[in-house]
Amino acid sequence: MTIASALEMALAAVVLGMAIWTVVARDSFAAVVGFVAYGLLLALVWVRLDAVDVALVEAAISGGLGGVLLLGAAARTAAAESRPPAEHPAVRAAAALLAAAVAAALAATVFLLPDPAPTLAPAAAANAASTGLGNPVTNVLMAFRAMDTLLEKVVLLLALVGLWSLARDRFWGGHPGPRHRADPHGTLAFLARLLPPIGVVVGVYVLWAGANHPGGAFQGGTILAAMWLLALMAGLTDTPAISSRRLRLVLVAGPSVFLAVGLGGLCFGAAFLAYPAAYAKPLIVGIEIAMTLTIAATLGLLLVGAPERSAE
Amino acid sequence: MKFMLDIVTVTAISAGAFFFLAGTVGLLRFPDTLTRLHALTKADNLGLGLVVLGLLPHAGSLRGGFKLVCVWLLALLAGATVSQLIARAALASEGSGSFTVDGPQP
Amino acid sequence: MSAATIFGLCAAVIVGLGLYGLIVNPQPLRKIVAFNLLGSGVFLLFGVVARKGAAAGFGGDPVPQAMVITGVVVAFSATALAVGLLLRLFAAGGLATLEPDAPTRAGTEHADS
Repeated sequence: MTIASALEMALAAVVLGMAIWTVVARDSFAAVVGFVAYGLLLALVWVRLDAVDVALVEAAISGGLGGVLLLGAAARTAAAESRPPAEHPAVRAAAALLAAAVAAALAATVFLLPDPAPTLAPAAAANAASTGLGNPVTNVLMAFRAMDTLLEKVVLLLALVGLWSLARDRFWGGHPGPRHRADPHGTLAFLARLLPPIGVVVGVYVLWAGANHPGGAFQGGTILAAMWLLALMAGLTDTPAISSRRLRLVLVAGPSVFLAVGLGGLCFGAAFLAYPAAYAKPLIVGIEIAMTLTIAATLGLLLVGAPERSAE
Repeated sequence: MKFMLDIVTVTAISAGAFFFLAGTVGLLRFPDTLTRLHALTKADNLGLGLVVLGLLPHAGSLRGGFKLVCVWLLALLAGATVSQLIARAALASEGSGSFTVDGPQP
Repeated sequence: MSAATIFGLCAAVIVGLGLYGLIVNPQPLRKIVAFNLLGSGVFLLFGVVARKGAAAGFGGDPVPQAMVITGVVVAFSATALAVGLLLRLFAAGGLATLEPDAPTRAGTEHADS
């Protein structure tokens, strides 16, 4: 038993404790706070599993933005927290049995995983020279499995359209969310003036460094979205009307550039989304920049919700 | 020389961990929101600062050490502003019944 | 016990907990949180498989890691849509519950969709 595995067991125990708290807490707000803490601790688990890019994504999206989303929802529905009767004890027992069976089956699978594990790491390493990027996860996301990333952008847009469709008819095309007003000389406005410039620099750096170090478009875009949300919450800026043409251009910029490059690969190259070897790195960086803008706008808009005020 | 640096690291990180422990005990034992915030911010800012101080000898380069100090400064900024906001919200919701800015009234 | 095994068992328990919370918690917001818990457990299992595939100088197989990144973003967007639906349910009926015969608050709008 090395010190490292003792620490890992302690970390796993704390993570499990937070997960149990999230499920059994009585108050919704307390459960959501527990879930945010769980997400941040899970980022540490990802670092121990040598997946630093995933740790960044987990901390930013699941812990950060997911926390804001769920905390806002818990606060808004707290007034209506009906205390519905708990499920019948037989249902609870059956659910506990089912959950235990699933957990046992998965635990058995963990022990039955093949030991010289089949892996695509050598293939990823061998083909890394075709793009010139140093970060293997970015290589996989942007070059080897670029189709998945392109389709994921579209899924984000679909979720946003689904969210917008929940607006009342008379608010269609209007501004999402309430107009926040904070004291312009107060603490929140101070933070919202001081932090976003630093945050934008950090976000752009994370995007740029994603080529050779852990980082990338998703992590950078999430940081930019968070800075925008901070300025929104302090009332320093207002949400754009969703009928605004500029907003819609920014939203489709990422997938469009990606799709255009892909079609270019079909016309001038070997296949859809094939990058010519000489221009691979500039093309990938260009796609990532467009993607980061789109991700920042989409994630921010997913958080502020459906339009609640008309466009005037 | 390396041994001295390791001693500094272990001492600073242990002191930082002690401050985190003190802050957690305060969070669990103090009676209301304002006193808990006091325990948290005092302990966490100093605790994180000591941990960063302990990690500086192992940062590897000047830029790495600078990034660590920036992490500490950003945590200070976030902690300070968020504590202010939580304290104001707590005062507003729990009422100024027993607390004014001059301290607890009898 | 290697890190992969410890966290693999942890992930299995988290999946079980999320499934239990999804079935048992009556409030929709708690179901959404439990669903996220379930999802993160599954992603952690992916991470364990990735860690076991360490080769060629990398700490882990990059392909499952990239899939997990994609998965986390998609799960977040699904959560955002679910929360939007919950808030709309709350605004329309005044209660945040899935009970079919729960009384609605007076004065909330139904006709204005």
